Amino acid sequence: MTATPRIAAVDMTAPNFPGKRFEIPASAPLKLDSGVAFGPVTVAYQTYGAPNAEKSNAILVCHALTGDQFVAEPHPVTGKPGWWEAIVGPGKLLDTDRYWIVCANVLGGCMGSTGPKSANPATGLPYGLSFPVITIGDMVQAQVRLLDHLGIDQLFCAIGGSMGGMQVLDLVSTYPERVFAAVPVATSYRHSAQNIAFHEVGRQAIMADPDWRGGDYLAAGTSPHRGLAVARMAAHVTYLSEQALHRKFGRRLQDRKSLSYGFDADFQVESYLRHQGSTFVDRFDANSYLYITRAMDYFDLQAEHGGSLPAAFEGTRTRFCVVSFTSDWLFPTAESRMLVHALNAAAANVSFVEIVSDKGHDAFLLDEPEFHATLRGFVDGCAERRGLRGR
Amino acid sequence: MNEAGSLPAAAQSRPRASIRVDLRTIGEMIEPGSRVLDIGCGDGALLDWLSHEKNVDGRGIELSQTGVNACVAQGLSVIQGDADTDLKDYPTGAFDYAILSQTLQATWDPKAVLGQLVRIGKRAIVSFPNFGVWHVRLKLLFGGRMPVTDSLDQSWYETPNIHLCTIDDFVDLCRTLSIDIEYAVVLDSAGRPKSLRAPGRLANWLGEQGLFVLKRAG
Repeated sequence: MTATPRIAAVDMTAPNFPGKRFEIPASAPLKLDSGVAFGPVTVAYQTYGAPNAEKSNAILVCHALTGDQFVAEPHPVTGKPGWWEAIVGPGKLLDTDRYWIVCANVLGGCMGSTGPKSANPATGLPYGLSFPVITIGDMVQAQVRLLDHLGIDQLFCAIGGSMGGMQVLDLVSTYPERVFAAVPVATSYRHSAQNIAFHEVGRQAIMADPDWRGGDYLAAGTSPHRGLAVARMAAHVTYLSEQALHRKFGRRLQDRKSLSYGFDADFQVESYLRHQGSTFVDRFDANSYLYITRAMDYFDLQAEHGGSLPAAFEGTRTRFCVVSFTSDWLFPTAESRMLVHALNAAAANVSFVEIVSDKGHDAFLLDEPEFHATLRGFVDGCAERRGLRGR
Repeated sequence: MNEAGSLPAAAQSRPRASIRVDLRTIGEMIEPGSRVLDIGCGDGALLDWLSHEKNVDGRGIELSQTGVNACVAQGLSVIQGDADTDLKDYPTGAFDYAILSQTLQATWDPKAVLGQLVRIGKRAIVSFPNFGVWHVRLKLLFGGRMPVTDSLDQSWYETPNIHLCTIDDFVDLCRTLSIDIEYAVVLDSAGRPKSLRAPGRLANWLGEQGLFVLKRAG
């Protein structure tokens, strides 16, 4: 790799890291799916807009694997715009003049919420691999504690793409009365064998980096940035599509007129991936990547309900809008359709749209006018039924 | 918790654009506040009308993804799907009404679809073009060509209507499936009810379309 290794200069676990914090005390720990009682836990979160008098206008945005709580503002580490600024903001689709947007960094994350990078209060040292294995359900439990803290009895809407969509589904299944409307986007009710396989490639890349040091790299003063970058590069390919890669790069060469007959980044697509890998390590913790990918692998709403997916949504009164994208091969439309069939079998109120896009899985983050038009219709329709008016 | 299906009073009073006469004829039959599944809901005109005029908790199934996206963009609950394959998912009695308007003749297995309709809906409302109407009979008899009419407006090689029937045929099928006909009416070409006793011999001669309210026997 030619990319210069860099170590993040910002400590996201420091108390002065920007953003809001909520503490789950050790006296009322999270009850993790693994059986561990875990606390204290910090939940780092951001809000945009303001609550109405009844706090009935809250929208919980659930972020994806490598996302975070900085939805609609410049990122404090990278300086880049918020990851969903296209739709969250004043006058935008999720209008912050009308709705109260809440987004929390997931449990196990590395952007201020308690994760493997945080100091274990018992030892004063980073948890590393002594951090408990967590699940999507555990992440949701932490978010529900935040909702309790904020005084939100029922969310107007829970929305998220990819792993965020898994959280949305787990939330409506476990806490059905707390969500009026749910929008799982580019996601599934369970992680497929192919997706587990890709995650395993990423984890092995991290653990094969000698600087990973059995997970204790922070104490050792090293950083498995090469392994993490490779993990990111492999994963990034799965977020795109063959068409999108071809359109963006084709077989074009990078800063050269002919092949080098060596292993430099001859092709633009190689250079792009190397860049994706090297910038990722600035903002993401390698152990967090292990834990969060594991949580996604473990997610299987059908198995959790005795093999019957409709049982996960029995009696639900939530209004659903399921969204998939034609070129998404990581969470293909067929899986959304399975989810829709299960919701029908539970007589749920469900809309389902498949958006034509060649942008692959990442389409949910990008400017997709038809996605935004249908999402706007769904959200506005739900707001009308919830009796929410413009402010 | 606010009931997911009910509309606040302010929303209900919003004026709606007028809808096609045949859809309105169906809409008028629906009890206010009921749960409705509209199969082949197209652009969602009937669902939209029902949710605002009758405070109905409505869902739709539509074959065309463009139609679905347009419906959802209007705030309607619609999924992409098809009458032949997707009705089996729904639990028995999930809806007060299952509506299949002008679609039965385009399904692969009208008999199975009809059975599903009266299973998932406490009542099913079905309308279809009547192939027994007098001018269709005359066109075939004297023209010797597949009839093209207001209700059947495409040539044989492009029509999606693969299982055309007459009103009498339909009544026979209901009898075979032990389905009770609660109410039946024939419509003119615009979809307005005609004052004719239906089902009946005259209805099969004069009705452009048949509109039936069905119920599983017993």
